[in-house]
Amino acid sequence: MTADPAAVAAAVADAHRREWAFVLAATVRVTRDIDVAEECVQEAFAAALTEWRDRGVPSRPGAWLTTVARRRALNVLRHSGVERRHLPLLVEEAVAPDPRDDGAHGYPDDRLRLVVTCCHPALDRPAQVALTLRLLCGLTTAEVARAFLVSEPTMAARITRAKKKIAVARIPYRVPPPAELPTRVDAVLAVVHLLFTTGHTTPAGEDLVRADLVERALQLCRMLRALLPGDPAVAGLLALLVLTDARRATRTGEDGRLLLLEEQDRARWDGAAIAEGVALVREALRARPPSRYALQAAIAAVHAEAPSWDATDWTEVVALYGVLAQVWPSPVVALNRAVAVGFASGPAVGLTALDALATEPQLAGYGYLPAARADLLRRLGRVAESRLAYTEALHLTDNAVERRFLAGRLAALDG
Amino acid sequence: MAQYMILIYEDEAQYAAATPEVYGEVLEEHNRFSAGVEGLGAKLLGGEALEPTTTATSVRGGADVTDGPFAETKEALGGYYLVDAPDLDTALAVARTVPARFGGVEVRPVMTFD
Repeated sequence: MTADPAAVAAAVADAHRREWAFVLAATVRVTRDIDVAEECVQEAFAAALTEWRDRGVPSRPGAWLTTVARRRALNVLRHSGVERRHLPLLVEEAVAPDPRDDGAHGYPDDRLRLVVTCCHPALDRPAQVALTLRLLCGLTTAEVARAFLVSEPTMAARITRAKKKIAVARIPYRVPPPAELPTRVDAVLAVVHLLFTTGHTTPAGEDLVRADLVERALQLCRMLRALLPGDPAVAGLLALLVLTDARRATRTGEDGRLLLLEEQDRARWDGAAIAEGVALVREALRARPPSRYALQAAIAAVHAEAPSWDATDWTEVVALYGVLAQVWPSPVVALNRAVAVGFASGPAVGLTALDALATEPQLAGYGYLPAARADLLRRLGRVAESRLAYTEALHLTDNAVERRFLAGRLAALDG
Repeated sequence: MAQYMILIYEDEAQYAAATPEVYGEVLEEHNRFSAGVEGLGAKLLGGEALEPTTTATSVRGGADVTDGPFAETKEALGGYYLVDAPDLDTALAVARTVPARFGGVEVRPVMTFD
């Protein structure tokens, strides 16, 4: 039998998106070398394109791909003497049978090993992000480079250096012991969160949202949720991403104009995503103390559940920002709290809270500070000062959609 | 197992100003550190403390002799430990227990040749 080539191509693309991390993680165990494993997995996907056309799409594509990739890996090892390399990756064999081996695949699920290795604290954040996109999401170096607006040679050098450090410094390919796991998972969550925020409002460029990055971040977070179902910080981050992304379709108007929360059509928010996010928030908030993500998600949930802008429970939002500031002290949290105070207690009180942050060195050059100030001044009728603040915010903003919004507000002041 | 060099960088000025009691404490901390390495799954192969950089002499390109350290930094190399550890995580666990109250440490894998 010969399957429809278009259907086969779609099945391979789907398997690439769903199974890449699983297949690679299982193959690294055989090769003890990330580069060799990547090559073998790429070859397995290439083989799938022809073999699935001739023999049909297998019932368990991930298992088929893993078998092929691992067989190739064994061949490579046999013929090239790679096993005698002096820098094999340190694969710690599980002593007991791996409980995460669900039998459905027939291979142990090594994705947690792979992701904590990619996000090891001995690697810097840009390297962690690059490795995660490359090894967990299966993006090519060119795609990773595009996602972070750097040249391909720069990104290739970054990835090569990181892989070399893993091998030379002997970063072990293993799930850390329970005592260390929470801090290692924190690093993974920070990478996923960074991917999401970079995609949610791109720092520069024409589009407000980079849907590809948002979706990769969601996919990674769902994977972590499956691997660590009892971890409240994971539940908190997934809640935050799901609740924030539920508003994606309404964040810009048909003309590409930025729409504030106040102006968004709440009927078009994704209700199923909000229900999922709210349930996750409840679970995540049970941890003591709650994670920063759980609290950020709780704030997002207050907005998501408010039937209208006017019905927003700002007192609750201010209280949650207060707890967040204790768990995760940051001038950006203080800024957001001041904005919420401006809605809960009026713009004059909000402005006092905001102006207390004026000398915060971490907020120097942060465009949202003058933008928030401009809005409070506008609501207080202090037009000249508001105009100055909007102008300052424009100077500090590189995203085209956000710039149009600020320019529009500035023009409306004069009208 | 692999070898890692743990390089101790500290502010020499603070040592210069330290009281004899502080020196005694630091010495005691290093003794406790040495005793604890095996419990972390690593082995101590060696380690020394260095005299301050005011006593250093640098030789560049095999000829040019100058008074002072190779690079002037606020935190200077003041000593090292050489350890045998199965992986970086173990070496970092050891590094976290190295006393360095006026600075910190850097962990470097020792190059192997075959």
